[in-house]
Formats: sequence, structure tokens, C-alpha cells
Amino acid sequence: MGASRQAGNRWDLGGRDLEQLAAEAAEFRGESLWQDAWRRLKANRTAWWSLVFLALFGGLAILAPLLPVPSPVHLDLQLEPQPPVPPWEQLGTGGFEPDYWELGAVDQALVEVRMAVFDDWQTGAWLGTDGKGRDILSRIIWGSRTSILVALAAAFCSLAIGVTYGAVAGYLGGRIDNLMMRVVDILYSIPFIFLVIFLITVVNEYRSELEDSYGIDREMVFYVVIGAVYWLTMARVVRGQVLSLRNSEFIEAARVLGASTARIVFTHLVPNVLSIVIVYLTLTIPAVMLFEAFLSFLGLGIEPPKVSWGLLAVDGSEMVNPVRLYWWLVVFPALAMGTTLLALNLLGDGLRDALDPKMRGKD
Amino acid sequence: MSAALLEVTNLKKHFPAGETTVLGGRKGRLRAVDGVSFSLEAGQCLGLVGESGCGKSTVARTLVGLQRATSGSIKLDGQELAGLSQRHWLPYRRRIQMIFQDPYASLDPRQTVASILGEPAKIHGLAKPRERKLLAMRLLEVVGLNPRHINRYPHEFSGGQRQRIGIARALALEPQVLICDEPVSALDVSIQAQIINLLDELKERFSLAYLFIAHDLAVVRHISDSVAVMYLGKVVEQAPRDELFEAPLHPYTRALLSAVPLPDPEQERARERIVLSGDVPSPLSPPPGCAFEPRCPRRAEVPGDRCKRESPQLEALAPSSSRRRACFLENSWGKIQDCQK
Repeated sequence: MGASRQAGNRWDLGGRDLEQLAAEAAEFRGESLWQDAWRRLKANRTAWWSLVFLALFGGLAILAPLLPVPSPVHLDLQLEPQPPVPPWEQLGTGGFEPDYWELGAVDQALVEVRMAVFDDWQTGAWLGTDGKGRDILSRIIWGSRTSILVALAAAFCSLAIGVTYGAVAGYLGGRIDNLMMRVVDILYSIPFIFLVIFLITVVNEYRSELEDSYGIDREMVFYVVIGAVYWLTMARVVRGQVLSLRNSEFIEAARVLGASTARIVFTHLVPNVLSIVIVYLTLTIPAVMLFEAFLSFLGLGIEPPKVSWGLLAVDGSEMVNPVRLYWWLVVFPALAMGTTLLALNLLGDGLRDALDPKMRGKD
Repeated sequence: MSAALLEVTNLKKHFPAGETTVLGGRKGRLRAVDGVSFSLEAGQCLGLVGESGCGKSTVARTLVGLQRATSGSIKLDGQELAGLSQRHWLPYRRRIQMIFQDPYASLDPRQTVASILGEPAKIHGLAKPRERKLLAMRLLEVVGLNPRHINRYPHEFSGGQRQRIGIARALALEPQVLICDEPVSALDVSIQAQIINLLDELKERFSLAYLFIAHDLAVVRHISDSVAVMYLGKVVEQAPRDELFEAPLHPYTRALLSAVPLPDPEQERARERIVLSGDVPSPLSPPPGCAFEPRCPRRAEVPGDRCKRESPQLEALAPSSSRRRACFLENSWGKIQDCQK
């Protein structure tokens, strides 16, 4: 026994060339469950076009400084909002001025590239302007960046904190699970809206001090709060899934092999609950976006001069009056938001079907 | 008798059960395994049979450290395993491995065969990534699969093929003892034969010792060298295979064997059948005496209320005999023909 106890010499294939076999094995590449799900997602036209739409919209948002649209905050004081001018009547004008709020280094560089490419040409008021002469199209595109940031913050916290927390609680079980889930329950019971109002008020009060000494601004608090709340449900969802997986034989097999808890959680449990996590994320993100809009609408979220869809809705609703209907101020931001949320929901539906193990192998 | 490779003595596994106390503990004790002893030599196969819920799987899970034994000893090559922490158990995991029942549940659906078979070596730090891949291919070859299929996923294999992958995974660490927890009961009969033959072949080739758990007596008869019969957490009879099947000495073993259907309908109709009355007693409150006493068709033959009061110990029939039995009955029984084959 002792002599054969070295890796390698016991499983002798009798002179067969393993390297060659390994090369041949490359031709027998199996289809993973992810590939299978991806294929089925592509076959689902609704979900696929939703994904394409979201990808395009996301691309627009990320490349916003590069687009030849007017600055979202460039004022052109006038008496009343200008109605939309379709592109076939007026494609663009000159006179672009790069006045933004303080942009990051990357955005600044993108703006410079834009200046080099398009010079001072900018699109016309395709979707109209608001009462201060700011271009609605530009504001919608720049506003979507806020929504995406919020979505990313919630998604990141859900994935990093929620999945790990839930998986560990579910796998360890017993008293630890009990304790961990009670913490979640307690956090759940805190009235979220009051927490936000409270925090924002505190931050407003000590604004300059916080910003100068800790680099905390209001927006950051906003993202942190959203992140801190949206991982809770994810932790519960993941825990439930892990509870049903932890006694399955492949987890026990890993334990018999001597796998550590970390190894079991991250190489076996998490990949197996990830499909549910993804579906849940696509359904959480619209909720978070709506929530951002809602808080901004209340004046607790993003502050001018920055833009967000919630702020656009506030501006629009303020201008609605019985004498004169500035419909473009409300319709276009609402349309942008509505289509995005719809696309996300449709994509979530499609993903749920695609990732369902019972649907495997069917098209 | 050579020194045993695996020696299990008076193994007990009790689970808390029953009513919950104020502090969250449980009042009762579920005696899943209540004093099991056996020994296993290299190259030998011990079959462990018994009906559902008698504690077979609990024995298996305790032996591989999935559960902590309540008491008793598990000695591997003289080294005590019971009571070791997970960390100290780790080196012995290379020597005692397990094959699982359900090939559809025992392989991680998100991993390729290469990573499933490479995982044991990875956990124990035995091989580099490249070597692990080659090791996986060798293992596939050993269990009779095409080594070119290492990049496939479990769902692309049939049940029998998956069970072979499960066996290959158990072999990856070059163990001396394999615990097979009903390795064929989830498979089709034709596939069962293939897997049994593979296990037989591997036993010879690598001089493995098996603890083979099953409820299919025909399978156990085929593969085992000796057989232990469990009832309600205890071994009631242990004997070399042929002796046990031809001349069972415990009333429970007799009843169990008489329940095996015979392929010949004439024999089937003609033979004596022992139908036990009643249910298996609850392991929460086992009978004070012999666990089998309430259902035993021959309890009247033992004088007095001995079966009710005393629990018979598993004892060798004669000092040199390898037959052991836990019963107070005289052992002057003849062969039972209808239980053969």
C-alpha cells in the first residue's frame, strides 16, 4: 500500500499518451448549464430584445459625455419650455458649451474627446427643453446614469453581502443560522424611509464637516443606505435555497473528501444558487430604480444640478397646469423609465424560464 | 485472522429528538445506531443489510465523519477516528471514502467531470492543475469511461455512467476502505450488474475493503464475503456469506431471507414464508429486552420472559467461529432450502 500511495503511479494507463488524450478531450466539450440557459434565453425573443435594449441603454448612459448632446445643465433662460423639434426638422445646432458639475477624471476625458470629435455641434431639442432651457434628451440620458449607479450599488451589496451571508447562514445552520437571520429580521423591521430621512437630515446638518474630513457626501449616504437595505431579501432567498441544498449528496461528498466550509460555500453552494440570485436581481433592480426616483422626487435623493429620473419627474409635474400642457416634460422621462423597468421585468421573466432546471434541454 | 483494517466497536449514534425543552434542546434520544461492532480486512467486502430505518446509512455516515459518533470506537489501522475533529480527521479521509446512493444527486451539476474528479487532489494538495486533469482522465479509464469526456458535465451522462464517476471520485484519493451506501439501488437492474462487477473488479485490483450497504439481498450475496444483518440500530447476526444465506441463525434473518422473491414461480409458491406481524418499534423507545422480541415468531421457545427483560449480545457461536448472533434461541436449526438463490 505504502509504495502505491503517491499520486500518479496507481492509475497507470499502460503507456497511453495522456497528453494526446487531453488534446482529444478538447473536442468533447460539454455544454454547461450556463451555456444551456444562455441558448434558451436567446431563443426567447422577448427576453432577448429586452436584454439588447438594456445593453444599448446602458451603453448610452456610460458613454453620455461622449454623445453630441447638449449639456444637461446648460441654462438658456427663456420664458417657457420649448416643444420638441423632430430631428428631420432640425438635426443639430452649434454652440455647445461644456458646463457640467464636477465630473470625474474619466468623464472629463470623455468630454474632451467629444469636444475634439464634434467640436461645438450638438443635437437640437429633439425631445424639447424645460423651463430653464435645458435639453430633455440630454437630461434623460444623464439621468439614467444615476439609475444605473443605484442599481449597481444594490446589485453589488446583494451579491457580495446578501449571497455570502445567506449561504453561510444556511450552510452552517442551527444556532448560528438562527442568530444571523434574527439580525436580518431586526434590520428588516427598521422603517427604511425614516432611516433615509434621518440620515439625510443628519448629513445635511453636518454637510461641510463630513465632506471635508471624511469625504462623505449626501449622494454617498444615499447609495450606502440603498445597499444596506437591499441585501436583506437576497440573504433570505439564498439561505432558503442553501437550506435545501446543504443535505444533498454532492455537498456531503465534498465534506467526505474533506472540503472546508469556505470551499463548499463558494465552489458548490453559491454556483448552484446563482441562477435564482440572477433572476432575483433582475427583479430587484427595477424596484431599486423606482425607489431612487421616489426619493429624488421627495427631495431626499439626488440634488440639482445633478440629474436623475426622479428629479425629471418633479420638474415635469411642477410644470403641468391647466392653462398650458408641457406634455414633453412628463411623457419622455416617464417613457424612458417605463420602458427600462418593463425591459428589466421581461428579462427577469425570461431568465427565470431559461435558468429553470426543469426546462433543461428544451427550446 | 489477520489484523483488521477497520475495526468498529460498540458504535453508537443517538440523535436528539422528541419534545423540545425550554432551552431548545430535545428530551428524547433517537437511537439510530445502538452498539454496532464489526471488523473489516483488506480486500474483504462486508455486506450490511436490514430494512429501511434500521441505521445502516447512519453507520456509513458516522464512519466517514459526516456525523460524530455518540460513543464507541472506529479504528482504522489501529488509529482511533471517533472523536477526532474535522481538522484531525482530514488525513484519514484519504484512506476511507464513500460512494453515494443517488448518482443524480451526488455530482455537482455545475462542475465538469475534470473538476469533480480533480477536487479531491486539490483539497489535499496532491497535484497541480495539469496533473489533476491527467489524474481525472486516468480515473475515468479505471472506471470504464472514455477519458476524453472529462470536459463534460454530469447531466450529459446516464445514471450508470454517473455512478461510475462517483466511484472514480471516491477512488481519487487512493483509499483503502470504501463505504458503499446503497450504490446500486437507484439504478436499473441491468446497470446494477455492471456497477457491481466494476466494484468487484476494483476490489481485486486495488485490494480495497468495502462496507457494502444494501437492502437488496441478491446484490449483497453476490459481492460480499461476509454479511451483517441490522435490526433497529443493532447487528443481530453476522456470518460468512454462504453460511448466512444457507443457514440463518437469527429469526429476523430467516424472516428477511424468506421475503426475497424467487424467480421460479413453482418454488415461490411452495416455499415457507415468514410474515412478521407488527411494525418495527420506534427507535425513540426501543423495547427493553431484545429489540426483535415484539415481532419474533419464536419468542415462546425461550423459557421465561428472558427476551423481554434481557438484551441478547452479539456473540460468536463457538470460540473460533466467525458466526456471530444476538439471540437466546438454541441454534439447532436446519438449512432452509427455500432461501437459496
